Amino acid sequence: MKSCFHCGEDCLEEIINYDGKSFCCSGCRTVYEILNSNDLSYYYDLEKTPGISPKINEGKYDYLENTEIIEKLLEFDHDGTQIASFTIPSIHCSSCIWILENLNKLHKGIKSSQVDFPKKKIRLSFSSEELNLKNLVLLLVRIGYEPNISLDNYEKKDSNIDRSLIYKLGVAGFAFGNIMFLSFPEYFEINEFWLEKFKHLFRWLMFTFSLPVVFYSGKDYFISAYKGLRAGILNIDVPIALGITVLFLRSTAEIVLDLGTGFFDSLSGLVFFLLLGKFFQQKTYSFLSFERDYKSYFPIAVTRIHTVNGETIEEQVQVYKIQKGDRIIIRNEELIPMDAILIKGKAKIDYSFVTGEAEPVSKSSGEKVFAGGRQQGGIIELEALKPVKQSYLTELWSDEVFKKDKNSAFQNLTNQISRRFTYAVLSIAVLSAIFWIFYDPSKAWNVFTAVLIIACPCAIALAAPFTLGNILRIFGKNKLYLKDANVIEQIAQIDTVVFDKTGTITENDRSRIEYEGVKLTEVEKQLLGGSLRASNHPLSRSLYEILDKNNISTPEHFMEHTGMGLETSYKDLNLKIGSKAFTSDTGSSFTEVQVMDKKARTTVHISSNNQYKGCFSFHNSYRDGLSELFQELDGDKELIILSGDNDGERSRLSQIVPEATRMLFNQRPGNKLQFIKDLQKSGAKVMMVGDGLNDAGALAQSDVGIVISEDVNVFSPACDGILDAKRFRELGNFFDLSGKAISVIKFSFLLSLFYNIIGLGFAVSGNLMPVVAAILMPLSSISIVVFTTLATQILSKKLKK
Amino acid sequence: MSIIYMLLAISVVVAIIFFIAFIVSVKKGQYDDVYTPSVRMLFDDELVKPDPEKNQPVNKVKSS
Repeated sequence: MKSCFHCGEDCLEEIINYDGKSFCCSGCRTVYEILNSNDLSYYYDLEKTPGISPKINEGKYDYLENTEIIEKLLEFDHDGTQIASFTIPSIHCSSCIWILENLNKLHKGIKSSQVDFPKKKIRLSFSSEELNLKNLVLLLVRIGYEPNISLDNYEKKDSNIDRSLIYKLGVAGFAFGNIMFLSFPEYFEINEFWLEKFKHLFRWLMFTFSLPVVFYSGKDYFISAYKGLRAGILNIDVPIALGITVLFLRSTAEIVLDLGTGFFDSLSGLVFFLLLGKFFQQKTYSFLSFERDYKSYFPIAVTRIHTVNGETIEEQVQVYKIQKGDRIIIRNEELIPMDAILIKGKAKIDYSFVTGEAEPVSKSSGEKVFAGGRQQGGIIELEALKPVKQSYLTELWSDEVFKKDKNSAFQNLTNQISRRFTYAVLSIAVLSAIFWIFYDPSKAWNVFTAVLIIACPCAIALAAPFTLGNILRIFGKNKLYLKDANVIEQIAQIDTVVFDKTGTITENDRSRIEYEGVKLTEVEKQLLGGSLRASNHPLSRSLYEILDKNNISTPEHFMEHTGMGLETSYKDLNLKIGSKAFTSDTGSSFTEVQVMDKKARTTVHISSNNQYKGCFSFHNSYRDGLSELFQELDGDKELIILSGDNDGERSRLSQIVPEATRMLFNQRPGNKLQFIKDLQKSGAKVMMVGDGLNDAGALAQSDVGIVISEDVNVFSPACDGILDAKRFRELGNFFDLSGKAISVIKFSFLLSLFYNIIGLGFAVSGNLMPVVAAILMPLSSISIVVFTTLATQILSKKLKK
Repeated sequence: MSIIYMLLAISVVVAIIFFIAFIVSVKKGQYDDVYTPSVRMLFDDELVKPDPEKNQPVNKVKSS
């Protein structure tokens, strides 16, 4: 088998030889031709088969001539220079970067282009006189880099990136380093002459450096502690804020009263390490979005038609402009953006993403179609019933479940510990102070503050961020992309897993087709292939895919009966392909008993010369390892399958999955959401595994919503994590590792308690030197970091192969 | 020995200059994309021989 020089796919259908190289399709060849003739063949030297087969559908971008839309998409437009940014999901290798940054060689209108690889974005500056936006996009499409333009682009220009954590970290690190230098002399040389002379200057310098650390870098801890206290929660930030305050006040008092150097070094170090933990935990997958709603799925514009003086005018209109009663045109593979009535044309609408129904639905004129469906086949004309924002699908987003923040309700492990910890520390501080009041009152204050300083739970606060941050990265490497580190703790608590069917446990593009009935002769097979090739019906397309394509006879006579099937003939052979009624009303001699039990299943029937032959039945093809995964999870967790589809697959599914699995069919998006809510009311911690917009409500309601995606770059609804479909089988291991991560955190707590006890020994006995604090605090923090990193690496070995 | 005041002042000023440089670079977005420049750097040497008539292809991009 030859593979394509451009995209690396196996050449299945035909091989095009050009320039001594083979290509899988003319699209790939064209890209090669364009690049080669523009001196850009270095593209192929950088990486092997870097290309993407282009899907050219030029009419699709006509809306980019609409000035209003152009205006929204451009970032900058002045003096003939325009700047636009696009997200291009197909950016995947260094060749992509190279070619996209050398676009100016393809068209002199392009001035410069810059790729942001992690975000899969390109920023283009071009001359508006030589190149308009539409042609620029078409240029990208032609070389295989189709930008993703959706309704989302229309709404927000660009979100401001929050860089405050980096600033805070920078400030703390800067102050930490400088204060360490300044405090170093006093660690060892106590009564040296020069030191005596300069130490006051050094101390006040340290004080100055510590001001931004306390009041800028550390301010989040005070805010969070205050919020926690007001809500009656002793979160981990309470003892931290207490520690920072005591450190700062005592140190200031010490230098003002000339008692000592204070603990400015420990103070800045503490804040620096804490922020470092925060920074580490903040791993973001910038090319993914976990907050998407229907807007990134919907098109930015549609074709509106209206009749003026008997002439029909087509124009591209922004979708929000569409009013009730407007006529719109939807072409093949386009999305229906609002609820509407079908006026003209044969609608074959694929709702799989919206409702979970596996097969496209046929509609005839006068029937209602709903937003979110994708037309398959010819052009249809619709009359809008509602504006976009009031459609059935978009209304789902107004459910309050999409507005609430899941994390706020979740009490994480660190905060659970911190309650007891705070009480313990406070009582130790008070008790030891009381002891010293009677024993040596001069030291009581000293001991009280020393206890609060040394017990500041830096190591405890670092344990979770570093463990979870590591696990987050390991999951990311194994293609499970989580929204944030808290999700891991929630995964560890899950006891009920709810699966969607279509697209989640079944594969999207591949359905299994089986033939049952009288064996077809060679001649019949050849004609079948030829007839199916001529038909645009989705079932014909998928059936054609599995047939032998080398021996095909083109039908001499071809008739397509809408909603019924095909009638074709070649020489003396006459074939009928289609519904059962269509093929079997012709004096069939075939007993229909065999097909009776399949009534809920999708079938294509064949009859030859009025003789019923048999039928092809379409099964959902389940993901590899589904059965094993369910066996693995069974017992440990309650498993439920929640499908928007009909129950035609129930019997087959029940053979695959464990007996205890509950199955519910015909669930609308709203039902799914309610179902999850009911489960949670009965005390279950629910994980929802889904894929489409129909699961969006359930994903948002569940404790953890995971989206299965064949291609992580394409649209997926709002969720807590995106799992690559190829790693579906590993779901059990992800559960396993999350549980182990929690154990690692618990061990780290023990370890840091051990350090605290040593420190408390110094503090309670009243001889806490600044140098001891300055050693103990970084030591405990670093050993926690080392321990968690090693432990997570060892535990994750199972996932790595 | 009062030169130490001078030295101290200089060292603090130098440190602050670097600190400001860091803040400015973050603000300009230099750390927003830390991957692409590492790849882009490798291209500069290996540009295909440009035609003499054509302009030297510009590979460096102005930062925004």
